Amino acid sequence: MAQAQAMEKVAYNDRVVMQFAVATLIWGIVGMSVGLLIAAQLAWPALNFDIPWLTYSRLRPLHTNAVIFAFGGCALFATSYYCVQRTSHAKLFGGKLAEYTFWGWQLVILLAAITLPLGITQGKEYAELAWPIDILIAVVWVSYGVVFFGTIVKRKVEHIYVANWFFAAFIITVAVLHIVNSLALPTGLWHSYPIYSGAVDAMVQWWYGHNAVGFFLTAGFLGIMYYFVPKQAGLPIFSYRLSIVHFWALIAIYMWAGPHHLQYTSLPDWAQSLGMVFSLILLAPSWGGMINGIMTLSGAWHKLRDDPILKFLIVSLSFYGMSTFEGPMMSIKSVNALSHYTDWTIGHVHSGALGWVAMISIGALYMLYPRLLGLKNMYSTRAIEWHFWIMTIGVVLYAVSMWVSGIAQGLMWRATNDDGTLTYAFIEALKFTYPYYYIRFFGGFLVVCGMLLMAWNTYKTFAMARGTETRPMPTLTEQVA
Amino acid sequence: MSTAWSIFIIALTLITVLGSLWLLIATAHVEKSKSGDQTTGHVWDGDLREYNKPLPRWWLWLFVGTIVFSAGYLAVFPGFGSMPGSFGWSSESELRADLKAHDERARELFAAFAGQSFESVMRDPRAQQMGRNLYATHCTGCHGADARGNRGFPNLTDGDWLWGGDEAAVIKTITEGRVGVMPAWRDALGGNEGVTAMVEYVKSMSNRSHNARLAAQAKPKFDMLCVACHGPTGDGNVALGAPRLNDAIWLHGGDNKTLFETIAYGRNGNMPAHGSWLGEDRVRVIAAWVLAQSQANEAPATAAAGAP
Repeated sequence: MAQAQAMEKVAYNDRVVMQFAVATLIWGIVGMSVGLLIAAQLAWPALNFDIPWLTYSRLRPLHTNAVIFAFGGCALFATSYYCVQRTSHAKLFGGKLAEYTFWGWQLVILLAAITLPLGITQGKEYAELAWPIDILIAVVWVSYGVVFFGTIVKRKVEHIYVANWFFAAFIITVAVLHIVNSLALPTGLWHSYPIYSGAVDAMVQWWYGHNAVGFFLTAGFLGIMYYFVPKQAGLPIFSYRLSIVHFWALIAIYMWAGPHHLQYTSLPDWAQSLGMVFSLILLAPSWGGMINGIMTLSGAWHKLRDDPILKFLIVSLSFYGMSTFEGPMMSIKSVNALSHYTDWTIGHVHSGALGWVAMISIGALYMLYPRLLGLKNMYSTRAIEWHFWIMTIGVVLYAVSMWVSGIAQGLMWRATNDDGTLTYAFIEALKFTYPYYYIRFFGGFLVVCGMLLMAWNTYKTFAMARGTETRPMPTLTEQVA
Repeated sequence: MSTAWSIFIIALTLITVLGSLWLLIATAHVEKSKSGDQTTGHVWDGDLREYNKPLPRWWLWLFVGTIVFSAGYLAVFPGFGSMPGSFGWSSESELRADLKAHDERARELFAAFAGQSFESVMRDPRAQQMGRNLYATHCTGCHGADARGNRGFPNLTDGDWLWGGDEAAVIKTITEGRVGVMPAWRDALGGNEGVTAMVEYVKSMSNRSHNARLAAQAKPKFDMLCVACHGPTGDGNVALGAPRLNDAIWLHGGDNKTLFETIAYGRNGNMPAHGSWLGEDRVRVIAAWVLAQSQANEAPATAAAGAP
């Protein structure tokens, strides 16, 4: 009997993982290409061709929504569904519900891609979508929660793996953030007023906005890190206790950091101060994840030499460490007085979004595709190596050019003469930034090139799998009784 | 902030920070590993395991350090509930102090010119530099970086002044602003045809090529309606801000279509008042810079005209 039970096999639901994994790549290329176009528009303004729906103001939210929620969101769905099944030793809960989350999420993305260029927006950063789409997001998200937590409940192992703590925190918090920030009174199908006003509305928006960074783009992707880094390295996680401390500290303290987006505004001073000090305290909990990931490789650094996937994963953690140092620094009031509203912020965001979020997702995708297809490796490991270097150079060019341009902007805007007048007219600061806009465009161009190389490699990998006669079933695993 | 809210915020702040410290202390002591390979003994997905190595020291002290710094910060700056902090700082007070210091410095700077004659301010290189700075900050939006104006916004360097170009007039313009109104004349002129004829007459005043028949047709109307502001020969009137019509300068444009629009539908010019917030001393320095530009521009033009 015991023998029979040990041999029992469970089929994982990898169909939905595959759907999301492919969608991640497609939306990644789309979202980053739109980003490249608007970077080009900043350098060559004529590129909006005087067509309203191609203007920067409409494409910029399309870019941010596409890379965060379409690319990043699909990456999180794919990896969390993959990870939670394997670390719970159970098939996804909810049957068809998982598939519904896929099609529901694609519908959200499609609606965003139509409404944003039409100029339909709530005007809240990273929460631009109109209220009917907000409701759809809430429904899909709650379904996601049901599938994920249902699977956790079904698990056949006692301990919940650390990656799932992070996915769980990310799913719960994003639901709360989205619902609270999107509360609005509809005044038409595509129009509504937020229920908050003035400084309260600003505070709710940035409580949402910063925790979208903290939970969507940090906690969720730390979940990816905790599964895929030790898996690819074949080594145990560095420290269980470190993961406990940094998990609880991270989720408790991130909640407070939002006001640092509103330094020197009409937000009360006490809230600005709390936003700053909690951002500083956030440094160590943030770095806990980086240490746990990078130190997992300690004693096996040589693996980095010939494994480009591991390079993606480890370099993403380095970018993560860099931008989580930069963030607290920029939240200090006197630094913020210089950096706020400049390109420095854009550089900071992209070293996090491209360096950390995109690179760890890409590393995870390169692991997922062959595993889901029953292959050992991607079609070309050399192409992964090339992708890694092209992207790394692209991200560094992007971040560095925006640092230079941002700091220069901050200094030029604040420079005053003895008589109280501005030393530089706005146009002079703009003129100074042009060379850096060209460099930024080139950096973004490299990143998109890397994505296209990845698409080619993925296509070849799928073709290779089709040619395999005896395809092993990757969806089966031994049930541990 | 009410006391209840203050207590609530203080409590939340303390719970979060002290909770983090407790977490650090609670996980600091090392348990013996249960398994032989130094891991926690948990295994997932075949090979996922975890060590339980101690927290890195430098990281631990970094964490504690940020907490200690934050406690100190909240003691001296506002942020701990409604407590103002021992420095008594606020962003409002910082702004006030900055403004005061700046005003004092500026008053000293401008006081030096207040006693000087307008002509010497116009020649003083330091005053001219400051005038340029002030102009760049406050005036370029409409009159352009080179002071040559824009469609509907007068060129300040051409010696042609709508409201007068002497010291007093320019200072009054900047200080109090000006509103120039050209009424709509289409109905009074008998519709589009009357306006078209008036366009021809207006062009004739500056000796431009025009349709003499239409111009003659419009002349009696001009002498009856337009003469009040623009004068019988189109010399304009600086008391009313009525432009001169017998020169080559056109504020809104001198082509047929624009002249038609101006006459048919009227114009509304608005120079805002700057006196209340720039103050007398700055206005005087700006006026001196503007007039110096105008004179510098006229001088070579006159010289060129006088040459054989």
